[in-house]
Amino acid sequence: MSLLTVDNLEVSFVTRNGTHKAVKGVSFTVETQQITAIIGESGSGKSVSCYALLGLIPSPPGRIDGGSAQFQGQNLLTLSEAELRKIRGSDVAMIFQDPMTCLNPYLTIGEQLIEPLLIHRNLSRADAKTRAIELLDEVGIRSPNSTFDSFPHEFSGGMRQRVMIAMALINEPKLLIADEPTTALDVTIQAQILRLIADLQKNRDIGVLFISHDLAVVSDIADQIVVMEQGEVVESGSPDTIFNHAQHPYTQKLLAAIPSGEREEPAAKNQALINVCNLRTWFQPNAKAEPVKAVDDVSFDIYRGEILGLVGESGSGKSTLGRSIMRLAPITSGQVTFDETHLTGLEGRNLKEFRSRMQMIFQDPFASLNPRMTVYDTLAEPLLLHGICQRANLDRHIAKLMDDVGLARNFIRKYPHEFSGGQRQRIAIGRALATQPEFIVADEPVSALDVTIQAQILDLLMALGREHNLTMLFVSHDMAVIRHIADRVLVMYHGKIVEAGPVKQVFNNPAEPYTQSLLSSIPGAAIM
Amino acid sequence: MLRFIISRLLQAIPVIFIVITATFFLVRAAPGGPFDAEKVVLPEVKRALEAQYKLDLPLHEQYFAYLSDLAQGELGPSFKYPGRSVNEILFSGLPVTAELGFYALLIALIIGVTAGVFASLKPNTRQDYIPMGLAMIGICMPSFLLGPLLVLVFGIYLEWLPISGWGSIPGDKILPSITLGAAYAAYVARLSRAGMLEILSQDYIRTARAKGLPEWQVVGKHALRGGLIPVVAFLGPAFAGLLAGSFVVETIFQIPGLGRFYVQAAFNRDYTMILGTTVFLSSLIVLFNLISDVAAAWLNPRLRSQLSGGGQ
Repeated sequence: MSLLTVDNLEVSFVTRNGTHKAVKGVSFTVETQQITAIIGESGSGKSVSCYALLGLIPSPPGRIDGGSAQFQGQNLLTLSEAELRKIRGSDVAMIFQDPMTCLNPYLTIGEQLIEPLLIHRNLSRADAKTRAIELLDEVGIRSPNSTFDSFPHEFSGGMRQRVMIAMALINEPKLLIADEPTTALDVTIQAQILRLIADLQKNRDIGVLFISHDLAVVSDIADQIVVMEQGEVVESGSPDTIFNHAQHPYTQKLLAAIPSGEREEPAAKNQALINVCNLRTWFQPNAKAEPVKAVDDVSFDIYRGEILGLVGESGSGKSTLGRSIMRLAPITSGQVTFDETHLTGLEGRNLKEFRSRMQMIFQDPFASLNPRMTVYDTLAEPLLLHGICQRANLDRHIAKLMDDVGLARNFIRKYPHEFSGGQRQRIAIGRALATQPEFIVADEPVSALDVTIQAQILDLLMALGREHNLTMLFVSHDMAVIRHIADRVLVMYHGKIVEAGPVKQVFNNPAEPYTQSLLSSIPGAAIM
Repeated sequence: MLRFIISRLLQAIPVIFIVITATFFLVRAAPGGPFDAEKVVLPEVKRALEAQYKLDLPLHEQYFAYLSDLAQGELGPSFKYPGRSVNEILFSGLPVTAELGFYALLIALIIGVTAGVFASLKPNTRQDYIPMGLAMIGICMPSFLLGPLLVLVFGIYLEWLPISGWGSIPGDKILPSITLGAAYAAYVARLSRAGMLEILSQDYIRTARAKGLPEWQVVGKHALRGGLIPVVAFLGPAFAGLLAGSFVVETIFQIPGLGRFYVQAAFNRDYTMILGTTVFLSSLIVLFNLISDVAAAWLNPRLRSQLSGGGQ
């Protein structure tokens, strides 16, 4: 018998604007000692399905309309809140997406870890502490004794996710629900966490329900894959069936969206548009402290018309490097030359003139657009500021920009909150293109997006690059994305460039151990 | 932490200096003087009085004389209470006002936090609308209306509580404390509701529920600490406001506190008394703001480690 059998689950949200059916008759099973993955984009109902099992959807507006969920001879959906509470955190535990926000910042790690033991097992605090420290050690936290009394903000994202995992496993649950546990993490950390979850699962007698938007992530670890779209299961089966014999067009679309392969062999490009020479950007937190060497003695060229990939983990200095070239971060020493002009000495009017020739696209399309400006205003501002066009033909220019980035013209009077993440990133790209720049720094432009949307935006950037003969510095932590889009790649580590070269060379014959470790962390290497 | 406190105290010096200067010249610019309103005074008597209190000197010399007295902690003699210094009057009124303010704040906290937390648990239902509606009334109702109403109901119709005085009849401290605290209770209720609502929507509250914690622990242990930080930050300005704003209540209930001296001093043009009370109250406001800022920062582990890092 299966550990968990969900049958015909239906969940809806009742709001003033009507009833929205979020989950429509979903069925799946989780077996002991196996990992079942639920795949789907945001809004597909995958998280809601799992939260509904534990009574964790806010109600109202959430409402379970029907179905059953058999777990150890009980139907979870008919249990009372008090009965469910006994199961939560003991027999069924959860790990959430964002470890930065899922731990209570006001309580110590230890206090939060031992809570499940105190509630469900009635252990004494001393016994609970011993058990917690053992588990912290098992999930790979160094010096667990001193960690016990630390607060969450003293840890990196990966470490916090390890704490979350320890917290979930502390009562030896039978079922572990992991909701996008690696989405918010760097790629090498992601690989470590995935391996950790798979190892812990093998050593214990538990079933795992793994929710993700990314097929590649689960390809290595899942035993069963369930694909959801708009509240329905469209396909399910073993990884082999899903990856090699996908029937449903949506599954095929998800597979096609996994960034893979390299670009066509680029034409030889060797005329440098930008030359970066011995660039250093150091930050001095206060007079006495050792400076943070975000960018430390970096030199390279960016050729006209190429897309140069810049890859590294968070904290490697890659974003700071992009900003330093744009003169948005203070340069400590060194030289940036743009089209044979030294940018480092420019001030005021001269700098502004260059600003229109170089633009930036930011990671978070939710945060980088002004929520009080319509698309029209957002696009009009740079056009007028840099004198690209007169007021008289402003409308025509803006309509052209909307066409370029693939947005319908009738969206023009809408505000950012009325758009999806992908559409917003299109607006941000339109804003960057408005000044007709020659050079664009794209700082993680697809990291906040779902995988299918990510593929669309990457295609758009490549097409626009060709069409407008753009030179681009593409910053990302994702090796697969870089391989898909870039001509050449720079690998950055601790503020220095450790490896550089054409994409094919770096990906096929990485010289540096660090590059090799980045490459081995790409999820789903097996399916590419 | 120590460095933070010292730098805030240093910042307070120019603030208080500006308050002193502005008050000094504004009070003198007001028409009339301390010895104008009384029965006809012989010109030579008035001149003698003015000479005694240095009022015959040019304005800027009076100003510097006052500053040099102040630097030695001396607020000068009262013009209206011959033989008593401003320091003496302040310290005789302060304990009463401070006690009144303390009770009022206690009432504000107990009622306000309870109502706010209660409302935040079921937002946009009756459990939310009723206490928040009452809070709105509490904020809108001035104490000169609420005080007499309470006196009328509890003192005269029901005859449960004394209607005036302070510390002479048992229970005479209840009505003034409620009258003064009501508006602050309403503010605290609104602040704690907003703070709790924000915290209750955080991801880590979902984590706490997923661990199987009973609801009272989710609220009491995981949400309350973060949710009440805005209230703690408000306590400093609130206590200072209670001290400075207590004169209406002190007048209604015949309480011999600081506020009544302050208002009488303004009517009497008792220059040193006005100045002394202003300096004293503004220093208290600065001090209480500092205390509540430090307390609010201390409650947040991230700020705490930053502050103690800065103090090393």
